[in-house]
Amino acid sequence: MAFQGDRMQRRTFLKSAGVAGILAAGRAPAFAQGTKLHIVRWVDFIPEADVELKRQAPEASKALGAEVTFEFINANDLQPRITAAIQSGSGADIIQMLWNWPHLYANALVDVSDVAEPIGKAQGGYYDVFNASAKVGGKWLAVPHGCGGNAVAYRRSWFNEIGVKEFPATWDEYREIGKKLKAKGKPIGQALGHSFGDPPVFAYAFLWDFGGAEVDASGKKVAINSKGTIESVKFLQNFWKDACDEGGLAWDDTNNNRAFHAGEISATLNGASIYIVAKRQKDKIKDDKGEPLYQDIEHAALMPKGPAGQFALYLPFQHSIMKYSKNQKLAKDFLKWLHQDANYGKWFEVNEGYSVGAAKKWEDHPMWAKVDKPLQVFRQAARLTRAFGHPGPASAKATEAYTKYVIVDMYAKAVQGTKAEDAVKWAEGELKKIYEG
Amino acid sequence: MKKPIAGGAGSAAPVEVALPHSGTSQRRALTGLLENERFLAFVLLAPTVLLLGLFIAYPFVMGVWFSLSDISVGNPAHFVGLRNFVKAWNDSIFRTAFWNTSFYTFWATIFKLALGMWLALLLNRHFRGKRIVRASMLLPFIVPTVLSTFAWRWMFDPTFSVLNWTLYKTGFIVAKLPFLSNGDWALWCAIAVNTWRGMPFFAITLLAGLQTINTDLHEAASLDGANGWKRFWHVTWPLLKPVTVVVVVFSIIQTFSDFQLIYVLTGGGPANSTHLLATYAYQIGVATGLLGEGAAISLCMLPVLFIVVWIQLRYLRRLEGA
Repeated sequence: MAFQGDRMQRRTFLKSAGVAGILAAGRAPAFAQGTKLHIVRWVDFIPEADVELKRQAPEASKALGAEVTFEFINANDLQPRITAAIQSGSGADIIQMLWNWPHLYANALVDVSDVAEPIGKAQGGYYDVFNASAKVGGKWLAVPHGCGGNAVAYRRSWFNEIGVKEFPATWDEYREIGKKLKAKGKPIGQALGHSFGDPPVFAYAFLWDFGGAEVDASGKKVAINSKGTIESVKFLQNFWKDACDEGGLAWDDTNNNRAFHAGEISATLNGASIYIVAKRQKDKIKDDKGEPLYQDIEHAALMPKGPAGQFALYLPFQHSIMKYSKNQKLAKDFLKWLHQDANYGKWFEVNEGYSVGAAKKWEDHPMWAKVDKPLQVFRQAARLTRAFGHPGPASAKATEAYTKYVIVDMYAKAVQGTKAEDAVKWAEGELKKIYEG
Repeated sequence: MKKPIAGGAGSAAPVEVALPHSGTSQRRALTGLLENERFLAFVLLAPTVLLLGLFIAYPFVMGVWFSLSDISVGNPAHFVGLRNFVKAWNDSIFRTAFWNTSFYTFWATIFKLALGMWLALLLNRHFRGKRIVRASMLLPFIVPTVLSTFAWRWMFDPTFSVLNWTLYKTGFIVAKLPFLSNGDWALWCAIAVNTWRGMPFFAITLLAGLQTINTDLHEAASLDGANGWKRFWHVTWPLLKPVTVVVVVFSIIQTFSDFQLIYVLTGGGPANSTHLLATYAYQIGVATGLLGEGAAISLCMLPVLFIVVWIQLRYLRRLEGA
């Protein structure tokens, strides 16, 4: 920022209007005394990330001249909270939105294009997934915050014991490896129950690997009943029986972490939390030889390749300002403050790759040079992901299909014994009611 | 207030007469009003009517209106007639949830009644520490459902189940039992947890009923040579029937609309095999934001519960008539 002596140039100040200007002027904006800004977020899988945000709250309060408070709730409880807040017209000023929820609550969210656009531009542009998840009708209804990448965490030594040096390239190879591991009592673990993260992250990507899709490119015609989908279902039926821990049907998003740390499973699709928690609790989480478990954890950036390719569904998350909020200006100022390099960078660093940046600039952050090799795979994770509804738009209907667990349950039905064709037909019927009904 | 009143003819001194105080007249008017039975009934009932109106009737009417509209989170409601009900009826997940709810309610109620009756009969006997046993029996009913269900969820955990561990270590099983990872097992597990939680309510209520039965009747039956079963069937059961009917109906209503237990235990999975109407309505109304459709699914419970209550009232009237 250009200064003349001790005085800031008027034009420069106006250019940088917003929180940067306010901070440079050394004066908090004139919000009424006692003004509070309430932000609701999930309880992070990396507890240190929440600790960092809590630590930043007093700094933000001082900078903005209002009391900033964070509330952390279970991720599965975010939607009930949003629904209650919107319908009652009261609640938190800013709420974290996962996936493409801004489409679902579009009419209740403030247009934050004036906040999101400059941040995106200044930080090298947002990843494509945010255009799909946070932009509705050409307007940003949420400010992209980060993306939770996924990778297959696996036990290097156990793979080595059966003669596998590299993570398998194809699903067929993975099944053969899984068979051997399951025979040794160390199956592959995969959640396939009703939970917001791991089950859909697996099911959608697996479907795409085999060339299946919910809908066509228009997003209006259901396309699930295809050769690719049926093949994927048939493959999973065998894969599940031969290679997986069949208890996965009742798992939520935390079970595979616990099972992996306890040495019950040899591999699982997960965020970086398995590795990060194992490393941070290295005195507690140990392998069968009594060594810290994290040293034996390896990450494969993507699940194996299917007949149609290798795809991923990662979890984008963003912050929305609620229309009922009486502090919309303050909320926007806060989001600008939160995304300043100095503040965002600290939160980004404690995540160690579990949550990566929403904009491409963060791929070049010095943190990547410091983190362990298994965590390096998350560096460009957000480039790879597709969104719900692919190849159609990530619309509210795509969210409905997700919240009803149609794709997850198609597979869950099949691995419990329903004929592959019947499971796909069931999913087709449910999707038609959503997309074409 | 005392006022001098002029005397009549002659020289008699003026007499002071007490006239009614204005406060006294108000009190009399109020007393008069309260003596009016209709007014008194209105006054006494008004708070209850107000509370019922605010917390029962208003949400119910709103629920009915929502179910007939296309309201979704953040969007206004437009009347759509019975469209939401038709959509629900054509929805295979709804039909699964309806079947699950009926199955869950039927078996949980049967088990709660049978075990609750057995427990009540045991507790009706005299033994040392009777009071402590009776009080501790209520624990499952007192502990918040969410907490106790979390404990059960841990016990049924696919990986770390203490039940599986115990059965394995004692040689009863060689492979883990799929408590929550198999649809059929998961529904039976939910029924077991519901039975565990609801049985004390049956036991205590039936125990209260048992204690109203005159012991002379049992003694007379014994003298006539009736054995234990005959005494139960011909003396206890007929006298306990009215209480049993009431407690069964209460339980059916609570079980049919159960939400917390399934939400915590399975979330409706795997593959909707444990979804109940309440959890599915929540998933559609809250998670998906389709409040109208969620309300319609919720209201589908009403006819079933209405029939149950109607049967109960008819039965009780018949008993009274007899």
